[in-house]
Amino acid sequence: MSVTTDAPATADEVQIVVAARRLREARSVFIGVGRPSTAAILARMVHNPELVLVYESGTIGAKPFQVPLSIGDGELAETADTVVSVPEMFNYWIGAGRIQVAFLGAAQIDRHANLNSTVIGDYDAPRTRLPGAGGAPEIATGCEEVVVIAPHSRRTFVERLDFLTTTGARTTHVITDLGVLEPRDGELTLTAVHPGVSAERAREQTGWPLGVADELAVTPEPTDPELRALRELVARG
Amino acid sequence: MAEITTLAEAVAALVHDGDSVALEGFTHLIPFAAGHELLRQERRELELIRMTPDILYDQMIGVGAARKLVFSYAGNPGVGSLHRLRDAIENGWPRPLELEEHSHAGMANRYAAGAAHLPFAVMRGYRGTDLMERTRVAPITCPFSGEELVAVPALRPDVAIVHAQEADRHGNVQLWGIPGVQKEAVLAASRSLVTVERIVEALEPRPGGVVIPGWVIDCVAEAPGGSQPSYSLGITERDNDFYRFWDTVSRDRDAFLAWMDANVLAGAAAR
Repeated sequence: MSVTTDAPATADEVQIVVAARRLREARSVFIGVGRPSTAAILARMVHNPELVLVYESGTIGAKPFQVPLSIGDGELAETADTVVSVPEMFNYWIGAGRIQVAFLGAAQIDRHANLNSTVIGDYDAPRTRLPGAGGAPEIATGCEEVVVIAPHSRRTFVERLDFLTTTGARTTHVITDLGVLEPRDGELTLTAVHPGVSAERAREQTGWPLGVADELAVTPEPTDPELRALRELVARG
Repeated sequence: MAEITTLAEAVAALVHDGDSVALEGFTHLIPFAAGHELLRQERRELELIRMTPDILYDQMIGVGAARKLVFSYAGNPGVGSLHRLRDAIENGWPRPLELEEHSHAGMANRYAAGAAHLPFAVMRGYRGTDLMERTRVAPITCPFSGEELVAVPALRPDVAIVHAQEADRHGNVQLWGIPGVQKEAVLAASRSLVTVERIVEALEPRPGGVVIPGWVIDCVAEAPGGSQPSYSLGITERDNDFYRFWDTVSRDRDAFLAWMDANVLAGAAAR
């Protein structure tokens, strides 16, 4: 597979690389499909080969070479250390607190990192019906540490959720395509911006008056090996 | 002892209008062939139960077979929305759909309680969420430690329908790969139907294989390829292109109905 790292990293690529870096020291991570999955697979390839990937389909210790389309793709079951039933996954593994980090996405997030993946608009007459809770509520209370991966826009970062699906008490980082937010005194605060992004732009794209940390960091650029591995991974999918 | 029969005979015998029916499968072994047979036999007023309604339930809801959906995550996995399901909820087309929604952990525990013939299951969860007010859960205190927990009511479907790789001639079933919640669904239901890729002389033990004895199953029917476009590990592959294709065809009501007529319902008249 020949990919190049000539073109600079896009905002989406930086988001995935930064999410993957969060898993450098992690023992285990619980992931859904899409960007969280890409980031966790990248982390296993580049930073942390011992990282245990757990998908809610029941595959524990999956070792995918490609980004799966669904959480139940055959490659996940065939490469896993063990495959368990859904009741076992939620009771023995997630509920019992055996999975360290969770990567979650959401349609809406508020300043306390609470998430909505249920409806936009009124519950009984929704403007947009979203997929629903899935595993998120118990994943967010069962795992030690929750990392949210979401696009940074006013549509997503809202003053008030239309529905509170998942609580944000254990969220340590929110990684967007613009920067990183962390809770400070119970409220999400901008602690880092990605290269070329201003704090002002992140504030404009946030639906509440976003606080900015005094010691605002700038995300280190994706390295050549990170970017190459990510582009190869995406090209395989 | 399970009766080994045709899919059409099994559906005719086990599923009635108005039943609560769980066609389970967690991204793997989804019983598409059986669901399509329900539609060809024009079952209506169904209460559909499934943790992860995907394309099959989008089709069943889109033709108006369901009055209610009990679920925890409704999406086209890795692709996006279920457009027929959303049309039913957002616009009441082709008919309004009553919803009862849970989290995955809630649904999994409800099935496990149903399989155990217990009235409810106990878990941590739901607290602090808006789901608490919107669904059937109740706070409960642990009588030993005093911990505040949540009770979820058992699921006891009228019928469970699942797909597996193999059955033997006595109707003993074996599935392997991602096991989902199929065993619990079969044991929780009043009646059960298992479709299989093939009937073999003797089951061969498989790593991670789940065996469901034939004496807890009502009917077993051979349905080769019966989980497509999902897959049966080791026998068929997941048709990811179809999941993407469905996003297009299901956006438009007329295109959807035409596709269903041509590809699912066409066999009905010939019967």
